[in-house]
Amino acid sequence: MTTALLASEIAKQINESLPGAISEVTDTAIVIKGEFLPDVAAFLKNTAGLDFDYLTTITAVDYYQYFEVVYLFVSMEHNHSLTLKARCSRENPSLPSLVSLWRSADHQEREIYDLMGITFEGHPNMKRIVLWPEFQGHPLRKDYL
Amino acid sequence: MEVSSGRERLYSDAELDLVEGQVIEDLKAASKEPIPDPDSWLDEELSQSVLLTKLDWIINWGRRSSIWPVICFPACCAFEFISVMGPRFDMGRFGMEVLRASPRQADLMITAGTLTWKMAPNVRRIYNQMAEPKWVIAMGACGISGGIFRSSYNVVPGYNRIIPVDVYVPGCPPRPEALLHGIQMLQAKIGRRYNFSRGGQPQNNGE
Repeated sequence: MTTALLASEIAKQINESLPGAISEVTDTAIVIKGEFLPDVAAFLKNTAGLDFDYLTTITAVDYYQYFEVVYLFVSMEHNHSLTLKARCSRENPSLPSLVSLWRSADHQEREIYDLMGITFEGHPNMKRIVLWPEFQGHPLRKDYL
Repeated sequence: MEVSSGRERLYSDAELDLVEGQVIEDLKAASKEPIPDPDSWLDEELSQSVLLTKLDWIINWGRRSSIWPVICFPACCAFEFISVMGPRFDMGRFGMEVLRASPRQADLMITAGTLTWKMAPNVRRIYNQMAEPKWVIAMGACGISGGIFRSSYNVVPGYNRIIPVDVYVPGCPPRPEALLHGIQMLQAKIGRRYNFSRGGQPQNNGE
């Protein structure tokens, strides 16, 4: 098992180099603003001592008012992990893509686009992965019937 | 010092000799005549070597005794199917031990699992590639009606939406015995086919 890092301590480090990126810090996760996502992700990947070299999971939650995308990072080197969250509005469901930093983001972002309808800007191949291209709607949204 | 044999004898030597002698006497009494040659029937030409039957019957017997299934395992019913293939339930008893990876060599499709609409065209293509005559067993609740996933956005509510189904085997998943029973029902169905008239329809549609 990896050791989950304390979110508040990582949040302090992020605040020092990227002020204004964080919108909320909980016990287990850091919620950041969507436009800062590539910068924060690059910071987590490249900072010595953090070295999050592996993006395990991306998933999305529909909270009715907004969507929340959850990223789970793991460092193979230090054997620790961190949960990062970013929100986007229902009217404009869009976030920057992380494919350029971690290739493992490719299929997972496509799956989120397919089932939840969140577009990832900068993704090289943003199309449906589970369902067929003519499918109408995004089935995992709460308002999908 | 006297050495004990370690156990009490149940029979004396005289008794054992008597029993042995009786066995020999019995065998001798039962062996008065030579045993006839078991292959002597080969010399009797027509009376033993010609069987009279209907051509339909013999074709159906051949077909129902060598049903080769094709691989179509989209979900968890596959594991029950695997145990039916295995030595405990042994589908090979019914002439079905050959599981073909190519649909062109198969007669039977056992639809072991949930089918999504994305997978459906491929399953239909596999079915179309199978050579006639061909049969389908819908295995499990998902194969029959979509099961608990019936109202999902991406699940085919029953294989009979895309391919004709001959036998339905209910269960979630069905026990291996249930699948064997379904196979035997299919064999009975094959045994009733007309091969030269009525387009290969079963002889008794009501059954």
